[in-house]
Amino acid sequence: MSTYFTKDHEWVTVEGDHATVGITAYAADQLGDVVFVEVPEIGKTVTKGDPLAVVESVKAASDVYAPISGEVVEANSGLGDAPETVNAGPEIGGWFARLKVTKPSEVEALMDRAAYEEFLGTL
Amino acid sequence: MAGPALLEEIKRTVLHALHLDAKGRMVPFGGYDMPVQYEGVLAEHRWTREHAGAFDVSHMGPARVVLTAPTGDAQADWESIARIAERLVCGDIVGLQPGRLRYSLLLNEDGGIIDDLMIGRFPQGAPQDSFYLVVNAGTKDGDFARFEAAAAGEARVERMDACGLIALQGPEAAAVLAALVPESADLVFMQFRGATWNGHWITVARSGYTGEDGFEILVPPGAAPAFWQALLADERVKPIGLGARDSLRLEAGLPLYGHDLDETTSPVEANLNFAVSKRRREAGDFPGAPRIVGEFNGAPKRLRVGLRLSPGGAPAREGAEVVSAGGEPLGKITSGGPSPSLGYGVAMAYLPPEYREPGKAVTVLVRGKPVAAETVAMPFHPHRYVRKP
Repeated sequence: MSTYFTKDHEWVTVEGDHATVGITAYAADQLGDVVFVEVPEIGKTVTKGDPLAVVESVKAASDVYAPISGEVVEANSGLGDAPETVNAGPEIGGWFARLKVTKPSEVEALMDRAAYEEFLGTL
Repeated sequence: MAGPALLEEIKRTVLHALHLDAKGRMVPFGGYDMPVQYEGVLAEHRWTREHAGAFDVSHMGPARVVLTAPTGDAQADWESIARIAERLVCGDIVGLQPGRLRYSLLLNEDGGIIDDLMIGRFPQGAPQDSFYLVVNAGTKDGDFARFEAAAAGEARVERMDACGLIALQGPEAAAVLAALVPESADLVFMQFRGATWNGHWITVARSGYTGEDGFEILVPPGAAPAFWQALLADERVKPIGLGARDSLRLEAGLPLYGHDLDETTSPVEANLNFAVSKRRREAGDFPGAPRIVGEFNGAPKRLRVGLRLSPGGAPAREGAEVVSAGGEPLGKITSGGPSPSLGYGVAMAYLPPEYREPGKAVTVLVRGKPVAAETVAMPFHPHRYVRKP
């Protein structure tokens, strides 16, 4: 199991041919209080960079992009009643969707945790 | 290629350094670097509804418009300066009582709204050869130029936007301010007066943009940081950013210029008939009067109405399309979002006038998906202004 990061502050944890996607603590803090989450429908196929979910704060709606390509096999429906989970545990309970990975090699272009933390230091 | 010298420098209010000290998250707004939030929009919104919030609104445009050749006859001078304002706005300014503020609208020749603003007549005893004016940040340079042009040498605009303009809003605002400025307790909603604080002359208005009781206080630049700190020293007060200012005004049903109002919308379409004074309407003597009086007596093509979104669904924001039950396009949302006080999404939209009645079902397309909504009366959250007993 390995976790990778994007410059848009998504994380993706890959286990075999499945991947779980969420946003980082940095992104959750930047968004502020999340009051609504739109998770994708099961069966939806996404290409790397496509909008995958939407998180809404009081101020704005923000897209969450697919860090890698795949087919949505599970969505975190629990966020419907508890969108604040995205702030409370962005890398634990605050995940949005699980994907069946279609292009495993795409993770090679992503950052590992050390590289992401270095990237955060440049912001 | 535009070099850095061609870029207009972002301005700072007199309180800017204090926002940085307080770890305010800064964003550009109306040409200024402004705090959008401190601890968080939701917490700040709720604090203001329950206690008192302090807002830096120094980016706005306070000014005094003064006769160049006053006669010294207070009533005659007031009528002269008020008639200059009436060349541009649709409110009854001549009839304004001393010490009163009026919300009014700056109009173009087509009856479209150039800006929404406050005009005040200084209290009895103060010189009556000028009026107090507060306009929006993004429009202030153009607005001031319009007043200068309309005055054609009879009056000049004295800008006061280097001062601190601080709003204190919420159910505990009156008690907080009375401890610092006892004269503030004499005011009711839409009254203003001069007062002193720490030896500095300040202007206190009982007005605001949250729907709560509260004040807007103009403080000279040198005294503004200390006044802000004196407010925040009271444990009932927290600093509030522009994020919560927007969600509070949305719940209060108050339009935001550049979003809910623009140069194509008329006062009647904007559902601001109260700002078209009866005397002015009967005289038809303001810019765009034929259209506005016609709409007043007939029906406008569209009307700003309030929408309540179905609870649990996505909130709808500016730009979202509103369609009828049958899918026919009705109009667009001009501002909207989740209501922290109510727990569901609210929005303002321009719809055909038959949607004026509350309880009409419509559908809002949020990212292409239908969300059920219905028309409701505004304000969404009740106003709590303190009016004359």
